[in-house]
Amino acid sequence: MEVLSPYKEATDVILEAGGEPLKLCYQCGLCTGICPWNLVRSFLVRRIMHEAQLGAVDFGSEDVWTCVTCRACVQRCPRGVEIIDVMRAIRRAVAGLGIGVVPDALRISAKNIAGVGNPLGEAPEKRNDWAKDLGVKKFASGTKILYFPCCVPSYDPDVKAVSRSTATIFNKLGIDYGLIGTEAKCCGEAIRKAGHEDTFQSLAQNNINLFTSNGVKTVVVSSPHCYHTFKNEYPELGGKFEVVHITQYLASLIDEGKLKLSKKINKKVIYSDPCYLGRHNEIYDEPRKILQSIPGVELIEFPDARENGLCCGGGGGRIWMDTPKGERFSDIRVEQAVGKGADIIAIACPYCFLNYRDSVLSMGKAETMQVKDIAELVAEAIG
Amino acid sequence: MEEIRIGVYICHCGFNIAGVVNVEEVAKYAATLPSVVISREYRYMCSDPGQDLIKNDIKKLGLNRVVVASCSPRMHEPTFRKAVADGGLNPYLYEHANIREHCSWVHDDKELATKKAKDLVRAAVKRVYRHEPLVVKEAPLNPNVLVVGGGIAGMQAALDIANGQNKVYLVERDPSIGGHMIQLDRTFPTLDCSECILTPKMSDVGHHPFIELFTYSEVEEVSGSIGNFKIKVRKKARHIDESKCIGCNVCEEKCPWKTDSEFEMGLAKRKAVYIPFAQAIPHLAVVDPNLCAYIKSDGKKCGACIKVCEAQAITPETLLKQTDQIVEFDVGTIIVATGYDQFDPSVIPQYGYGKYDNVLTGLHFERMTCAAGPTGGKILLKDGREPERIALVHCVGSRDQNYHEYCSRVCCMYALKYAHLAKELSKADVYQFYIDMRCFGEGYEEFYKRCSEEGVNFIRGKVAKITDEALSDEEKGKLVVISEDTLLGKLVRVPVDMVILCSALEARSDAENVARIFNLNRRADGFFLERHVKLDPVATPTDGIFIAGCCEGPRDIPDTVAQAEATAAKALSLISKGTITTEAAVSTVDESICHGCGRCEEICAFHAPKVASKNGTLVSSINETLCKGCGACAVVCPTGAISIKHFTQDEILAEVAALTEVS
Ligand SMILES: Cc1cc2nc3c(=O)[nH]c(=O)nc-3n(C[C@H](O)[C@H](O)[C@H](O)COP(=O)(O)OP(=O)(O)OC[C@H]3O[C@@H](n4cnc5c(N)ncnc54)[C@H](O)[C@@H]3O)c2cc1C
Ligand code: SF4
Ligand code: SF4
Repeated sequence: MEVLSPYKEATDVILEAGGEPLKLCYQCGLCTGICPWNLVRSFLVRRIMHEAQLGAVDFGSEDVWTCVTCRACVQRCPRGVEIIDVMRAIRRAVAGLGIGVVPDALRISAKNIAGVGNPLGEAPEKRNDWAKDLGVKKFASGTKILYFPCCVPSYDPDVKAVSRSTATIFNKLGIDYGLIGTEAKCCGEAIRKAGHEDTFQSLAQNNINLFTSNGVKTVVVSSPHCYHTFKNEYPELGGKFEVVHITQYLASLIDEGKLKLSKKINKKVIYSDPCYLGRHNEIYDEPRKILQSIPGVELIEFPDARENGLCCGGGGGRIWMDTPKGERFSDIRVEQAVGKGADIIAIACPYCFLNYRDSVLSMGKAETMQVKDIAELVAEAIG
Repeated sequence: MEEIRIGVYICHCGFNIAGVVNVEEVAKYAATLPSVVISREYRYMCSDPGQDLIKNDIKKLGLNRVVVASCSPRMHEPTFRKAVADGGLNPYLYEHANIREHCSWVHDDKELATKKAKDLVRAAVKRVYRHEPLVVKEAPLNPNVLVVGGGIAGMQAALDIANGQNKVYLVERDPSIGGHMIQLDRTFPTLDCSECILTPKMSDVGHHPFIELFTYSEVEEVSGSIGNFKIKVRKKARHIDESKCIGCNVCEEKCPWKTDSEFEMGLAKRKAVYIPFAQAIPHLAVVDPNLCAYIKSDGKKCGACIKVCEAQAITPETLLKQTDQIVEFDVGTIIVATGYDQFDPSVIPQYGYGKYDNVLTGLHFERMTCAAGPTGGKILLKDGREPERIALVHCVGSRDQNYHEYCSRVCCMYALKYAHLAKELSKADVYQFYIDMRCFGEGYEEFYKRCSEEGVNFIRGKVAKITDEALSDEEKGKLVVISEDTLLGKLVRVPVDMVILCSALEARSDAENVARIFNLNRRADGFFLERHVKLDPVATPTDGIFIAGCCEGPRDIPDTVAQAEATAAKALSLISKGTITTEAAVSTVDESICHGCGRCEEICAFHAPKVASKNGTLVSSINETLCKGCGACAVVCPTGAISIKHFTQDEILAEVAALTEVS
């Protein structure tokens, strides 16, 4: 017979993070049935909730690191359990109290973020190099908009297309915007979900001080993850700015008649809702609106779209961890897009970009399927 | 004027009050107040010895005013008024101070709480000083009863009351009585045929000499109060001559216009002129004006029914000219029994209701298993095949904060009933997805055991998704039910042919409006609120109005019937007493200042004030049997001519002044 011997300190951390709702879990298993992991392998979300209730979590299990924080389960849980908060607290117990093992890949990214302020381990002073030849000014007090592209589009050679397209659009429209200095650091959203609370706190403090001292009022972001933490988590720490996702911003420019898309893109485009734009922040319509405004584009939908959209697999720090072939959600998505006859998978999140890019390449579909950020498509269509 | 002699009694309420308030100190303080002759504290003033203290002091010390400082007046003001009356005083020479809910329960600083208790007692003493004796009068109670809703609840209540030879007006919105129960096939746990046990009752209601039945009708307006309600009913036009229709149904056979039958849950059609179902009471045709081509074309098209009706019950006249009628009558008590709606599962997109043909609700399945139903009692898929596997999904819209948080109480049992019927009427395997099995009633656990013996597959888990996307050959052409089997700790995909969603019972979509008409309160979940969940479960906060059945929350037929009988008993006890005591603290008009402006007449919900000419000038007077003492008229009276007995300006100001005094 197994003896229950709860690790008191860790249990307290988890119960506190799960709060009252965790106690309400009545073990119906809906979360397991909804969780996308069960499309590819077994992941018993319900059992983890029960273990958390009893203080009997297996901290050594790889399940600790599995959740992609896509919110599919939270959205439907009949008892309102904040499952992601519980997952995060378990990770926090492992990372903070050292009672389990942090996966290698995650440990390296965490070290990079804590050390140089970005998960890629790139030099901080090169953060704004992507914009060198574009003539983007430095943000100064009085500049209307701060554009904050996220670490991946700042450094990754492919994903730079996102930030460069955005700057191109802004330049063409004569928008008053600037980039913050290279003291800026990763927003910290994902590393927080991966259990590294202290790192998050120091990143957030750094950015908040930087933004505040520069007199930032409005931030436009490319990543739904930056959007989420700036909008929903920074305010508690004293950082209060107007936060706008690039798709919201572009959609409003279209509405006001300031952004006119005239060049045709004669393609079938399928849009993949990022979890942090959709389920976490309920932004579903603006990205679609932009795509529909591009002449020639035929917008099609995945079988599961909007509230039911399938995660790319990159949330909750999973973007830095290895997911074996056969378990990658983005592979399923690419398969579905091919099935629907799409030419382009349109995305609105740098993590989605990375995952879809890798899937398309590894599945040998690069000839027929393109992965493009909405900003890239707009930059093309603007003429 | 006689000398005022006040007795003050401070209750400990065990530790409820005495644990926070220093009751001895309050009692000592009260003794120092002017006109207080005696001041005592006691453990439980509401007990017999406590009440005896009051009675004895009135006799021995010649008290003529009494104050008790204890709990909320809601429960025990009547107790102490009665004690005062037993002691030989007018019961209105009593004042109640609440030092529990308003003091000890909400404070923990003992010193300040004690001070506040003193303030409250001082205010009560000042007020009681000014009380006048009032007389309670009796008024006759109209013995007629209105029952709203002709489901099993309404019918049972109506029959119980009418069998005692009291007149009942039964108002049902649909063209026939019967409610949901007449749609059911068999009823758990005994599996009695619902029709067989219900049609005799329906017939009794239809023919009862003491029941006046209004079907296809709705109550539009209620005014007055207990003993004396005025009711206005809208009788919708059936577009036939009710006195001539013999219910032969020839018109329906010949009518060419079809739509889904409400009674058959869309599994069969009905016509523009129709009789809702074979056992309908009254057995009369009704014309659907939105479908009838003759009505819609203003007599230019069709008219097939007119030609075939030998009884001449349908004529151009009835179709085109018949209008709704307004009927008015008076009753003394009202029973509301308007039942429930079945939750619409199409708002849960992942269950595919409305998208997949063979995803159905409980009421569909009831009609399908019924031998007299659209499939002749066969369980059939949309394409006419028999299912090989059936899934039963529990808690659809129930126990789920995204829809309804409450448990619908009957779904576990009706799901078991379906498992049994599926076994009896088909060869299908049954998979029942449940979270908890709730089989609490008489014979229910036994029924669960019986279904287990019959080989039902129970899977513990809330269904996550129903899809037609096949991952294997076995799943092709099937509906795949996806859920965790939480006992196995495995995700399961069960390919089935038919899914029955055990949908929640929810408050009627028009409950808000019904609540407004009958002055009912609703709970957060939308159902009507009872006066006390345990001790007064069928009364409502409005005297003389009772609620029965599923309009008060989901429940099974046994509970519904028991409740209906309880409402009948409540009404009958009022009828047998025959009178109601009217409020003594009513309003009065000082005719010397009244201008006769009539604002009081406009505001009063009970029609108590009447402005009439008296000696050549217009003045208002109050009908004391109708007045509830609510005070609305006193507030709007521009001259201050109206005051409320027991709450006179003098009394209220004295109380307020005492409260603001510094002790
Ligand atoms: C699928 C299913 C299966 C069930 N099986 C069983 C079973 O096997 N055994 C069992 O014990 N219970 C069963 N039940 C529960 C059962 O249906 C209820 O207990 C019962 O029908 C409640 O009766 P009621 O009179 O309160 O409400 P209803 O049956 O809803 O009757 C209310 C009546 O009031 C009328 N009405 C509504 N509003 C107004 C208005 N404003 N004015 C006038 N009239 C109005 C309606 O038209 C209706 O006729 C089942 C329920 C469901 C959903
Ligand atoms: S869906 Fe919610 S209630 Fe159900 S098992 Fe998961 S966490 Fe618990
Ligand atoms: S958030 Fe997403 S990945 Fe995490 S448990 Fe819920 S459904 Fe699964």
